[in-house]
Amino acid sequence: MTVFATMRRAAVLGGMALAAIALSGVAFAHKTKLTVYTAIENEQLEPFKKGFEADNPTIEIAWVRDSTGVMTAKLIAEKDNPRADVIWGLAASSVGLMAGMGMIEPYTPANAAALKPIFKSGKNPETWVGMDAFLAVVCFNTAEADKNKKPKPTSWADLVKPEYKDSIVMPNPASSGTGYLTIAGWLTIMGEDAGWKFMDALHQNVSQYLHSGSAPCVQAAKGERLIGIGFDMRGATEKTKGAPIDLIVPKEGLGWEMEATAIVKGTKNLDAAKKLADWASSLKANELYGKYYAIVANPTVKSMPPNYPADGEKLMAKVDVDWMAKNRDRILAEWTKRYDGKSAPKAK
Amino acid sequence: MSLAASSRPPILRIAVSRDDLMMRLGVVLFAVVLLVIVGLPLWSLLAKGFEDRDGKFVGLANYVSYFSTPALFDSALNSLHVSAVCTLIVVPLAFFYAYALTRTVLPVRWLFQGISLIPIFAPSLLPGLALVYLFGNQGFFKGLIGGSIYGFDGIVIAQIFYCFPHATLILVTALATADARLYEAADALGASKLRVFCTVTLPGAKYGLISAALVVFTMVMTDFGIAKVIGGNFNVLATDVYKQVIGQQNFSMGAVVGMVLLAPAALAFLVDRVVQRKQVALLTARAVPLIPKPKLGRDLFFTGFCTVVSVGILAILGMAAWGSLIKYWPYNLSLTLANYNFTNFDASGWDSYFNSVEMAIGAAVFGTVLMFVGAWLNEKTREFFFMRGVVQFLAFLPMAVPGLVLGLGYIFFFNAPNNPLNFLYATLAILVINTVAHFYTVGHLTATTALKQIDPEFESVSASLKVPVWRTFARVTAPICLPAILDIAIYLFVNAMTTVSSVIFLYAPDTKLASVAAVNIEEAGTTAAAAALCIVIVITSAAVKALHVLADRFLLGRLQAWRRR
Repeated sequence: MTVFATMRRAAVLGGMALAAIALSGVAFAHKTKLTVYTAIENEQLEPFKKGFEADNPTIEIAWVRDSTGVMTAKLIAEKDNPRADVIWGLAASSVGLMAGMGMIEPYTPANAAALKPIFKSGKNPETWVGMDAFLAVVCFNTAEADKNKKPKPTSWADLVKPEYKDSIVMPNPASSGTGYLTIAGWLTIMGEDAGWKFMDALHQNVSQYLHSGSAPCVQAAKGERLIGIGFDMRGATEKTKGAPIDLIVPKEGLGWEMEATAIVKGTKNLDAAKKLADWASSLKANELYGKYYAIVANPTVKSMPPNYPADGEKLMAKVDVDWMAKNRDRILAEWTKRYDGKSAPKAK
Repeated sequence: MSLAASSRPPILRIAVSRDDLMMRLGVVLFAVVLLVIVGLPLWSLLAKGFEDRDGKFVGLANYVSYFSTPALFDSALNSLHVSAVCTLIVVPLAFFYAYALTRTVLPVRWLFQGISLIPIFAPSLLPGLALVYLFGNQGFFKGLIGGSIYGFDGIVIAQIFYCFPHATLILVTALATADARLYEAADALGASKLRVFCTVTLPGAKYGLISAALVVFTMVMTDFGIAKVIGGNFNVLATDVYKQVIGQQNFSMGAVVGMVLLAPAALAFLVDRVVQRKQVALLTARAVPLIPKPKLGRDLFFTGFCTVVSVGILAILGMAAWGSLIKYWPYNLSLTLANYNFTNFDASGWDSYFNSVEMAIGAAVFGTVLMFVGAWLNEKTREFFFMRGVVQFLAFLPMAVPGLVLGLGYIFFFNAPNNPLNFLYATLAILVINTVAHFYTVGHLTATTALKQIDPEFESVSASLKVPVWRTFARVTAPICLPAILDIAIYLFVNAMTTVSSVIFLYAPDTKLASVAAVNIEEAGTTAAAAALCIVIVITSAAVKALHVLADRFLLGRLQAWRRR
């Protein structure tokens, strides 16, 4: 009796287990898992994933997120056996580099025509499509400025004044993409000769070249430094959290970079990847980008996230992305020769 | 070789029995495992040093351009400079601390011992953050150091904190084994205290001192986490690797710098060989353990010394703990627990923490078995010198490899389409293997040291009784070495909880680790949350260590009773 009862219970349990496995198998078969490599900010991951999955219920996004440098190195190292299906939110210069290495599957997403021309690779079909732009702005700590009676700068030229001696931090262009776009911006606006002369003068006021594009505005926000030159979005979020900083767009214009979407060549989920590329260029997606960035690819989206500097878009330097890529090694070698090695024993 | 062959009597040939063959086969297998988890991945990156960016072979061209770039060469000098200074500070400091723990009568000895371990539980991010809070431009004591904390001074202070427990652990082991008869004899002969210290104590700890110096030197050389946060403009080789690989995706040049960094490892390997050859067993069967007797002046002095060092360690930890509770440094110092709600700062939230714990347990289990069995095979196999040398070298390599180089090497090797092991890639298993490989050297050294303490008589007796070696291993060797085995397991666990530089390249969507999350959170500017995650990691490791101490007491009572007789 008890034996039968036990057996019956076991059979029922077993059946339920089987059914559960079968069901999950069915569910699994329906959902395509897309591995997406990204460098977008942590707080954006959840909304972006939800936004896409709501419109594409059969596809599931699995993120791998780290800083731009780490993700770029990882993608290139995995070149012979790619693990990512899609890149969604990585610096366009990185994606451009990969396109040059034949790592990108060319595809013009459904909504590409509606986007601003500079937000596209310009190839046919497109290798990548831009999402939003970020700028290398000046983050200025007003609390420290009041304490030490320092005036607020409004231009790059202001930053070389002696009163800012040792109070500026900026990213090291040899270790940070933001650092490189900053100096490429200067070289574009001022021309090579004047640009290097400006950096020579600025070097006298720079107390440190940091290894990250976020760090300068964070340090300015926390009063470690008076002025940080770096990633605008980081400055804006710090200000929202209560940091006493102003974000300044220098009047001469400034360097900038985009985040981009691209399909990785060799993906086993090409159809799903194309759906993501389509969605990432849609108006809906652009509205989502607009919650975090002031400048997005779709011209109809008018956005102004809290504490963003106004009129950044007007002052974006006319940088030539190809020129930036081709001259990178030369510029970095020159920069390193001038400022990197000898900057260490500065103590007097 | 010829000497060994000619002097080998026929009796020995009989002794090359099935056991010997099995052991040799074991050594070969073990060498293959090390080759797969250390040698080949390393080579697959370092080989890029001889290629240009497009993968064409260019010979030594990259090396030539490296050594002719003054900025890069300066970094090499900076690295040597900062490593030498840290070694010269840490080793004496750790020596006196270890001396106090083993040779004097301290009140609350267990507490001092516990505090000395704290830095090992912390991600290298923690001292950097704490130093900024303490001595940064907004720090509480910024006036104290008379200059900027960013740069040489900052690196040195943070490295002292970070390396101190490693050196102390090695030196405690070295000083714990001493023969009281030597001291009695010296005393009877009327030798002065200084003379006894110089002629008995120091020589006895020589191997430990040299090991500690080598470990500290290479740790400072290869660590990049501290240099990145607090190094300022002080360029070192480890940050150069970062610039080349992360900043410029120049794997070739990164490989060259990585190769240059291997030089200290090669040196360490050679020094170790020489020292080991000269080492004589300290603890013979007749030795009488040295038990320190109370002596007021000395004990007071060392209690004071240990208190000062402990306060230094606790100040850094305490600053980080307090920093983790601050709302917005330095403008809103009110306290909050919100920084511990990691979901707000990293999408993986607390998941990354549980991944870390899982990974750390995996590394502790897999790594301990591999390290102990491997060290046993390598120590107890007779002759077979070449292969054993290869194993010893492969076990030494990881110490000098920056995690970044090993991590990328793992991508190139384990992700290669024609590698039959590529199913491991992007799993938790690859993180476990990578971590074990990364921390191989110290575990291997610990196991080797423990095995050297056991009289080879055991094997001889077992062999003459026709007991197979594996049974001697299971019944005698492993139980005797249990304390060392537990030490290795704990060492792997705590390091797996804090490691960043290598695993940052290897995690998949569902295997992100807490230590990596802490770095990401810090990057995003939320310093307090990063400090909070570091504190959670410290607490976890400290709790595991506390369990270990309890287990040790229990096991020591049961299995180590023979030591007391």
